[in-house]
Amino acid sequence: MSLWSVTFATLRKDIRLEWRSKDALNAMLFFSLLVVVIFMFSFDPLAEESRHIVGGLVWVSFLFASVTALNQTWARELRNQVLDAYRVSPAPANALFLAKALGNFIFVSVLEALMTPLFVIFYNVRVLGPAWQLLPIAVLGTWALVVNGTFFAAMSLRTRSREIMLPLLLFPISIPAVLGMVAGTTSILTGEESAHFWIVLLLTYDVVFTTACLALFGAILHAE
Amino acid sequence: MNAIKFLIAAYVATWAIHGVYLASLVRRFSRLRQQSRELEKK
Amino acid sequence: MKRIFPILSVITAALLAYALYQALVVAPTDAQQGDVYRIIYYHVPSAWTAFLLFFINFIASIQYLVSAKASTKAAAKWIVLGIGVVGVIACFLPQVQRMLPVGMRPSAVATTVLAIPLFYFLIGRLFPGQKLDVLAVTTAEVGVVFCTIVLVTGPIWARPVWGIWWAPGDIRLTSTLVLWLIYVSYLVLRRFSNSAQTQMLAAALAVFGALDVPLVYFSIWFFRTQHPQPVIGGGGSMDPRMLHVLLISWIAFLCFAFLVCWSRFRLELLHREIEEAHAMESLLGAGAGSKASLPLSRSSR
Repeated sequence: MSLWSVTFATLRKDIRLEWRSKDALNAMLFFSLLVVVIFMFSFDPLAEESRHIVGGLVWVSFLFASVTALNQTWARELRNQVLDAYRVSPAPANALFLAKALGNFIFVSVLEALMTPLFVIFYNVRVLGPAWQLLPIAVLGTWALVVNGTFFAAMSLRTRSREIMLPLLLFPISIPAVLGMVAGTTSILTGEESAHFWIVLLLTYDVVFTTACLALFGAILHAE
Repeated sequence: MNAIKFLIAAYVATWAIHGVYLASLVRRFSRLRQQSRELEKK
Repeated sequence: MKRIFPILSVITAALLAYALYQALVVAPTDAQQGDVYRIIYYHVPSAWTAFLLFFINFIASIQYLVSAKASTKAAAKWIVLGIGVVGVIACFLPQVQRMLPVGMRPSAVATTVLAIPLFYFLIGRLFPGQKLDVLAVTTAEVGVVFCTIVLVTGPIWARPVWGIWWAPGDIRLTSTLVLWLIYVSYLVLRRFSNSAQTQMLAAALAVFGALDVPLVYFSIWFFRTQHPQPVIGGGGSMDPRMLHVLLISWIAFLCFAFLVCWSRFRLELLHREIEEAHAMESLLGAGAGSKASLPLSRSSR
């Protein structure tokens, strides 16, 4: 069995499951909508400096929302011992990881596509810098969250109270990525400085941690 | 002169943290000793 | 071994007292900062000790991960040797030297690089098998204690000198804080997971944390730093008398850290032994209640 055929089979299965139930997506959407509303009451959205804070708000809400989806990723496989069956099958472990990470990437991207217009409306955002650069930041930033999130979700599966463990493990490691996303978005929105450095930083982060996840996932899955 | 307070505070804080940690080590040691004694009795 | 412990404790106590005397009385007063600067005699040695302990934790975790399979173990040995050789040579190439941050001496970087294979082989020799994992727990926990001290004494120094407790966005402050956060989450993981896989999970997390720290450092590169230049290997200049006291203080704290680590190491060994005995007992209890002796060798100390 090749890596890619297993990856896409698992990915297709996950997307079909999600399409039929829409559990993770609904939870994420409602959660981040709540975050938007709460932030709107906490800060004055019409203030002049909203452009400076909105980058932080967007990414913090996506970060929190994606944790709810990431927690579900592996829990689904625990029912009926699917994960144990996978462990004894000859399929490569990294195929499972890639499928899960890609699936989460798609779900979080859908969330971002739906929520970004709301942020634009609520906070009256007008981009002063080169707007197209927001796209690489969004893609790289989402992957940075999702790749480590999928890995740590698999890790916290083996612990007590796993829902609490995931953010505790994920957030400290994600600090450079979050900084890159927030600072990059803010510098594009304000147009004061180039976001070039932050894109390079996110790219480095993605390369380093994707490699690390792929190298260590087998050990985590088969750890006894 | 006021700055001396900060100096004293830093030195005291350092030893306070070490003290708390050492106390926790001692507590854990004594608990384990008790457990091992109970195990031996059986 | 057990007789060495009290002797070493007495020596450490004497060293710490001597370092305190040196720091408060012998070391000259700083011309600009006055006497507050004497905080560095606790702050800087604690920082060095904490970083050293985290470094040992990283090496032990890598070795633990690698030693699961014989093939990866052999490969890792050559990779580490390669890193040592290439790293030392690279530090003296002019192209690489230009990339080093201002004030960082190539010889200092080369020495640091050389420490990687040195520690790797030393730790592998001294702590075989499960002891690698015990070493990782020990160094992480004691490292967090020392790192906490760094994070507490730092603001106490900054308040009178800078006028603020904390400088947000500063390279050194933020990367130390993130390091602390990562190792606290490491300890939380160890606490929350007591299955057989804990060791593997913790070792993987330690590797992730070690990859994260250079990225944090790199990401805050563009923010200016208010923190004074590093004392050794950096551009900072220091009165030799002050440096002397600083080194004495570091030696004292290293001895202290060694003693604490030793105690923590023995605590962990004892803990595992008792857990094993408990498991054994419940196994035997499930049988006919036979009076077999329990594998408890160190219990009656």
